[in-house]
Amino acid sequence: MNQPILLAGGVNVFKYAAPQTFYPLAGKLMPWFFWTAALLCAAGLYIGFFVAPTDHQQGEAYRIIFIHVPAAWMSMFIYVVMAFWAGVGLIFNTRLSHMMVSALAPTGAMFTFVALWTGALWGKPTWGTWWVWDARLTSELILLFLYFGFMALQAGIDDARRADRAGAILALVGVVNIPIIYFSVKWWNTLHQGASVSLTSAPTMAATMLSGMLLMALAAWMYSIATALHRVRSIILEREQGAEWLKHLPEATK
Amino acid sequence: MGALLRAVIRRDLLLAWRRRSDVATVVLFFIIVVSLFPLGVGPEPDLLRKIAPGIIWVAALLACMLSLQHMFASDHADGALDQMLLAAAPLGMIVAARAFAHWLISGLPLVILSPILAIQFDLSPELSPVLTLSLLLGTPILTLIGAIGAALTLGLRGGGMLLALLVLPLYIPVLILGAGAVDAASAGLGADAHLLLLAAQLILTGTFAPWAVSAALRISAE
Repeated sequence: MNQPILLAGGVNVFKYAAPQTFYPLAGKLMPWFFWTAALLCAAGLYIGFFVAPTDHQQGEAYRIIFIHVPAAWMSMFIYVVMAFWAGVGLIFNTRLSHMMVSALAPTGAMFTFVALWTGALWGKPTWGTWWVWDARLTSELILLFLYFGFMALQAGIDDARRADRAGAILALVGVVNIPIIYFSVKWWNTLHQGASVSLTSAPTMAATMLSGMLLMALAAWMYSIATALHRVRSIILEREQGAEWLKHLPEATK
Repeated sequence: MGALLRAVIRRDLLLAWRRRSDVATVVLFFIIVVSLFPLGVGPEPDLLRKIAPGIIWVAALLACMLSLQHMFASDHADGALDQMLLAAAPLGMIVAARAFAHWLISGLPLVILSPILAIQFDLSPELSPVLTLSLLLGTPILTLIGAIGAALTLGLRGGGMLLALLVLPLYIPVLILGAGAVDAASAGLGADAHLLLLAAQLILTGTFAPWAVSAALRISAE
């Protein structure tokens, strides 16, 4: 942990692994990510609701795609990022990585829930049902359970250090299991009822639809980073309470 | 190494034998849960025959999970676990031996009982061995994955419910493949694919789970 790993520009990566150097950095970066998220979201929603054409099969109902698909992407991606930071935290024993994992989990769970919820709202007008035991829906539901399990484990452990490392192991075990879960659910579904609903054979998308969706996906990224930074700052304050450097923060001396 | 494994397994079996009622509780729980379903869904033989593998598998899942809390708890309380952590022998091997012993106590009885329960549900004689075989391959996976959860939640308040929350989502592939093996056999597709996948998962978890359990135990016992 102590030997510096230098990036191309000669920046020591580990400098920002210390909570006291990361805290002000996160504070500086956070508003940028929030505003970028807001702008991208506004642009994406404008394109989605006013520019993109009406779908000839699904009518206006398809427009939920602009929230649904980015949320679903984000929900899966955040779990992988969590596992990455969990691995980094276990290997280098950096506290900040573990804090990052805890900070990401609620956002990931939120996106998973949004993906399921908007999926149900989309399913009703197009498939005629709120829920089908389709492989994607089921594995998304299991992902939500994994997020809940992670958060429950961390909430159940009082000792912060143990909570960090136990959560990290759970996140890594979970990420190894995600492909297994996904494929088993897929095979289970094809055996039971056949593909009654196929999401994969979507008609080729109009360019405006795609650009709206990509803008929303980028907005979801920015939002996730911003909230994670915000939450990690709170976690740092909570964990480091009583530390000397906190007293010298500009917001503390004001 | 062989002597170590034998000693660990012998110790755990002996302890289980001294506390026979714990083992009996798991088995009785399994039987009672399975018996509840016909009362809940009605006694139509056709329906029961169709849902039998799923019910027996879900009950096995719950019974395995119920027994997990005992896996490390008493050793943690009396300090035996600390001795295992300090031992010169690799912790992974000790954990693997303990998981095997735990499976002999909590998993194997369910496997042995399953043909009798299958008769209760009027499962045909060709399908019953498939169910037993799928349980034989699947229940060790449940024990191994569950051991990770048991190690992570060691000594926590509300550990039992938390354990269920952590472990049950990870059990889903085993449930799907295990119950699916019987369904596939009854549909005339042959259960080979499912059983082979279960075996593959058993090898995978058998290789990696003891390692994860060791890491989790070191964290929890700190």
